[in-house]
Amino acid sequence: MEPPTPSQTVGPFYGHALPFPGGGEVAPAGHPDTVTVHGRVYDGAGEPVPDALLECWQADPGGSPAGRPGSLRRDPAAGGLTGPGGADFTGFARVATDADGHWSVRTLPPPAARPYLAVCVFARGLTRHLYTRAYLGAPPAGDPVARLPRELRATLLAHAEGDRTYRFDVHLQGGKETVFLDIRALPGPR
Amino acid sequence: MAAGSPLTQRQVSAEIAEAHRATAAAVAAGAPAPHHPPRDFAPYRSTVLRHPHRPPLPLADPDAAELHGPVFGRTDVTELDGDLTRQHPGEPLGERITVTGRVRDRRGRPVRGQLVELWQANAAGRYAHPCDRHPAPLDPNFTGAGRCLTDDDGAYRFTTVRPGAYPWRNHENAWRPAHLHFSFFGSAFTQRLVTQMYFPGDPLFPHDPILQSVTDPAARARLVAAYDPALSVPEWSLGYRWDVVLDGPAATWAEPGEAAR
Repeated sequence: MEPPTPSQTVGPFYGHALPFPGGGEVAPAGHPDTVTVHGRVYDGAGEPVPDALLECWQADPGGSPAGRPGSLRRDPAAGGLTGPGGADFTGFARVATDADGHWSVRTLPPPAARPYLAVCVFARGLTRHLYTRAYLGAPPAGDPVARLPRELRATLLAHAEGDRTYRFDVHLQGGKETVFLDIRALPGPR
Repeated sequence: MAAGSPLTQRQVSAEIAEAHRATAAAVAAGAPAPHHPPRDFAPYRSTVLRHPHRPPLPLADPDAAELHGPVFGRTDVTELDGDLTRQHPGEPLGERITVTGRVRDRRGRPVRGQLVELWQANAAGRYAHPCDRHPAPLDPNFTGAGRCLTDDDGAYRFTTVRPGAYPWRNHENAWRPAHLHFSFFGSAFTQRLVTQMYFPGDPLFPHDPILQSVTDPAARARLVAAYDPALSVPEWSLGYRWDVVLDGPAATWAEPGEAAR
């Protein structure tokens, strides 16, 4: 096995490089099934984290986890990036938190077999990114998350907030600390 | 972190040395060398309130969406996007460089057709980012962000300028060694990597708590590119090689008949 390249923090100054227009608009414009998933990122003192970058990844509503290109979409005529905004559902979102630590993604509901957004958190002060999941529905019986102790599982469940809107907060540290995941294809050590 | 007078380099260096000693002792006692930095690394002050107290929970999930990942293609990236010196009407100031290497998974297989993103400070050590207040000049001909897709060998290639060192407020006279920020995607979301590439021989290395957060010296060395005259372009640019290995299970990790390793 080749030793991997170590991770380093994303730092504070990624804003001119990584975010792209429409990075939180995964659902095709005007799609009637669109849901909003939003929340805040907090540090161990309970303060909002204003410089986190979140990436969300999910299977499409039909169940395919294969994804599609077109999240960035380079405008070949004028240059620059236009973002998704087309008919294709790419499954990928990238959003930065605002000064209140808030982020928001508009997407299509993930399939019942994988009813979650995979969430990857980057930030200044995080030497390596963190993975978690925002479940918009109950984990199905075959999902290992369904077998987690209730209090751990609870941090992975997004809360329905009225019509087609879900709240998912990320607590990096402390009493409300989110369960972060080390996802493996197989049991046992990697 | 005490209020009042800022931490000195001596204090930070002592904490770094202690963390490195602890890793060396653990490895000597038979533990595997850690590949990645601990998330709790106090010499880098911003980690103090931002690292989880619990380690990530192992989750064996052969159906995980994370064993697949986002895909990017020719609609997302053009050939021009890998040249950071041609994004403005004029030439940026600084030492022009070519940076190239191969991206592979831990089995040595090339990572093909995946997105690589690069961002950096300019030659004076200033980011084209409104929050960077370092009083070094901005360069109107340099933004410092580019991207490319890996080819069939997993190779990426960028043309840019060598960034400058810059001060930051971690402790008194803290200066970051010159570095390029990189973001990599693999075929699985679990292979995601954001990291920094450094230039060989920088005298700031031992003083920098971000590079030194990687506590194993062999792992740290993997973040430093090699100067390679064979990659230099005559009368044009200096060449650096930096190969990358993505961690985490690949999309094709568990192949039929293969043991779990």
